[in-house]
Amino acid sequence: MSEYNVVGKRIPKIDAAQKAMGRAEYIQDVKLPGMLYGKILYSKHAHARITRMDLSKALALSGVYTILTGEDVPEKMRMGFYKDNPPLKKDKVFSFRDEVAAVAAKTPEIAKKALELIEIDYEVLPGIFDPEKAMEKDSPLVHENTKSNVLKLPWKLHYGDVDKAEKEAAFVVEGRFTTTWVTHCCMGTSGAVASFDAADNLTIYTNTQIPSLAQKDFLEALKAMGLKNKRARVIKPIIGGGFGSKLDTYAYEHIAILLAHKCRKPVKIVFDRPEEFIATSTRQPTVTHIKQGCDKNGKLLFRDIRMVLDNGAHTSWGATTPSVMMMPITSLYRVDNVRYDAKCVYTNNTYSQAMRGYGNPQATFAIESNIDMLAEKAGIDPIEFRRINRNHPGDVTPQNFKITTCGLDLCLDAVEKELRKSGTKEKGVGIGVASLIHVGGGARIYKSDGCGVIIKMDDYGKASVFTGGTDMGQGLDNITAQIVAEELGLLVEDVHVVHTDTDVCPWDVGAHASRSTFVAGNAALGAAKKIKAQLLELGSKELKTTPDSLMLKDRLIFVPGDPEKSMAIDKLLRKIHFSPGGTMLVSDHFFDPINENMGPDYKGNMSMTYTFGVHGVKVRVDEETGKVEVLEYVAAHDVGQAINPLLLEGQVYGGVVMGLGYALSEEVMHVNGKNMNPNFRDYKLFTAKDAVKIIAPVIQTPDKDGPFGAKGIGEPGCVPTAPAIANAIYDAVGVRITTLPITPEKVLAALMEKKKNH
Amino acid sequence: MEKLNIILNINNKPVDVRITPNDTLLEVLRDHLDLTGSKESCGEGVCGSCTVQLDGKPVRSCLTLALEAEGLKVRTVEGLADGDKLSPLQESFVNHGAVQCGFCTPGMLMTADALLQQNTNPDEDTIKKALSGNICRCTGYSKIVEAVAHTAHPDDQCPDCASGIKSCCKTKE
Repeated sequence: MSEYNVVGKRIPKIDAAQKAMGRAEYIQDVKLPGMLYGKILYSKHAHARITRMDLSKALALSGVYTILTGEDVPEKMRMGFYKDNPPLKKDKVFSFRDEVAAVAAKTPEIAKKALELIEIDYEVLPGIFDPEKAMEKDSPLVHENTKSNVLKLPWKLHYGDVDKAEKEAAFVVEGRFTTTWVTHCCMGTSGAVASFDAADNLTIYTNTQIPSLAQKDFLEALKAMGLKNKRARVIKPIIGGGFGSKLDTYAYEHIAILLAHKCRKPVKIVFDRPEEFIATSTRQPTVTHIKQGCDKNGKLLFRDIRMVLDNGAHTSWGATTPSVMMMPITSLYRVDNVRYDAKCVYTNNTYSQAMRGYGNPQATFAIESNIDMLAEKAGIDPIEFRRINRNHPGDVTPQNFKITTCGLDLCLDAVEKELRKSGTKEKGVGIGVASLIHVGGGARIYKSDGCGVIIKMDDYGKASVFTGGTDMGQGLDNITAQIVAEELGLLVEDVHVVHTDTDVCPWDVGAHASRSTFVAGNAALGAAKKIKAQLLELGSKELKTTPDSLMLKDRLIFVPGDPEKSMAIDKLLRKIHFSPGGTMLVSDHFFDPINENMGPDYKGNMSMTYTFGVHGVKVRVDEETGKVEVLEYVAAHDVGQAINPLLLEGQVYGGVVMGLGYALSEEVMHVNGKNMNPNFRDYKLFTAKDAVKIIAPVIQTPDKDGPFGAKGIGEPGCVPTAPAIANAIYDAVGVRITTLPITPEKVLAALMEKKKNH
Repeated sequence: MEKLNIILNINNKPVDVRITPNDTLLEVLRDHLDLTGSKESCGEGVCGSCTVQLDGKPVRSCLTLALEAEGLKVRTVEGLADGDKLSPLQESFVNHGAVQCGFCTPGMLMTADALLQQNTNPDEDTIKKALSGNICRCTGYSKIVEAVAHTAHPDDQCPDCASGIKSCCKTKE
């Protein structure tokens, strides 16, 4: 949009040059004087009782400072959604990733050696690894203090009358769709350095997407350790990838704190790659039964979904992903009658947490695959079917989501136009589409969905912006700088964004739910507006005019068309500061979007605005090998207003390729709870060779509530990728694959099955 | 294990280091010399984050013993820029949005730089093949491939730049 000077421009990522020079400091690079190295020992079994532990040989090793076990963990130091998971387990282990001991030593090599010398005897217990089997009456119990493996965490909603709608439907289809474990694969592995000062205040350097909530967790940890009224300072080094993996505090952070306090030295724990695969949490796996029906004209009448979630051995945030799955279930397309029932079930597998999309990709895989099945049964073109049922601005969905801007129709048009460009159909080639809805204006998951920003102007016309928001590579630093520069008539290089230190940065709920541009962006805009008002007020006195006749642009404050009334902003700032009775320009703003927590019936307008998108793909399926080749990919998103199209494309391209991995190749393989592929050789990520050319039409529907009209776009790129691929495979060769990932083996087996039946 | 002193040539400077024979080049760079630009992500030669150049050839420094580098020219990401002035490849990475979290960037750069030394006119497939041993989780690769292609062919603007939509292919000032 040409009316802006900085917003809407393709400004390269602010820290890209330092990263390209190898100067950026990640957790791997943090080194403190006297620092020790911590290592964690994990369980040897999926389910077992610890019958004996002998640390004496390990403790006798030169260079070992201390070893901690479950016995050393304070009673109230607990992690996870239920706060019931101690960072080191005592007496019993529930999964292979359970932490049982931790060492602090002079070098990482010594710490590793010490782990090998720890002797533990286990009494192995029967394990349960299939959530559907774990629901059966005679299944072994993961937790002996429970009556059933099914968690008392039922997710259940019923809007309208599904049974009646089903009777009235002209066409009904159903299906069973399953998704498995995939993991973030951040290139920078997890890690933390914990350090105490002489007065027992904690400083922790850690990779986190939630500095303020992490600070709260660490303060509670200090309290549990008997350290009352102590401070916890969280410093984020540059983060080597997030994607949701850093949305909680973890065992390694708590263990680093315990070790550092015991040794009175800084302790660093950094995961190696196998540990990153085994001991961090995955995307939540699901089993989904879905039924949808429409009338004879293709109008969607109902959606009925039952789901089972493998909760793993400990309850963490994966168990709450149904709260986000509800969004596409109730609100992707107009559908009045919706039923959703999800059960989380304990197993002795790994447990899951947040990952880009937070449940939305799993639900959308089932919904959008099944929508194509329904369109086919109704004899309607799948794109046309989606057009008939699309959401409209002004809609209120059954979950009470208020749709403000909605470019779903424009996204469908853009994708259709691109996909239909190359006309005739070759054998084995097919196209598929899938749509998405996601929160685009924050998401009220906690009591506050807010973010604070402080702006401090210096004497040289530069702005220091202290934001609660987090950059982890996605570019919040740029977005913040561009918004502030736009509002204050500065250049991006005049704005210094600080987002790394809880001692100086205000509160924020975290970098999740594609909320940072919208929420942290609005907070920055609010703070900048306050500075602007002061500049105009004080400038009007200097320039002998009224504040509303003044403009800020190109580092100047001036009356348009009057060259006499103009002044450099830095000069004005110095005048304000160095005059008798002078002042300094500082502002703060806390932006908490007007969105709602879900009520007991799960109704509530979770976000101030929603982002829509449509992905379309053309594939070629090799009928001899089952291999799927992506020929074209179109990902159209309704983003409100692009603050920075270069970074926006980065989010879309990266999201799509992550989604393609989810669709086609990625899987954490577990056999009886054991991770069988904890390395990049066997966990199949896309490489440059598989890079797909992605066309990413940006549909701009400026949203009145977004900063300069922007909506969130961090997660959508990976949401509808898998169903788009599955639909394209069906179009190409007529087989419907319902389990992810869609490997050549599965396609080939389906093709053989199809041949057999014909 | 017995320690020994060796001299390595790193970014055109001789450096004395005292190592154990099983120290990897990556350990020596990062832990002994504080050259932390080279990153460890997998530690077993699969991801490419630790790529450095030995006599212009890209190698995985996590699988290379420091001893093997004796007598060869070691070039790390710290040796790409001229002071604060980025190399054309680095600049292209920055301008094309090829850097997000940046953890894979040093290895990508060293691999791409080695390719461009060997082949001044690589086509897209050659670039993709050369980079296929370097994993990136943020970008989806296309901007990285674009950045390398633009460095090789600075006069060819990408189609979007030619039509004025983008300005990523900034002409040299």
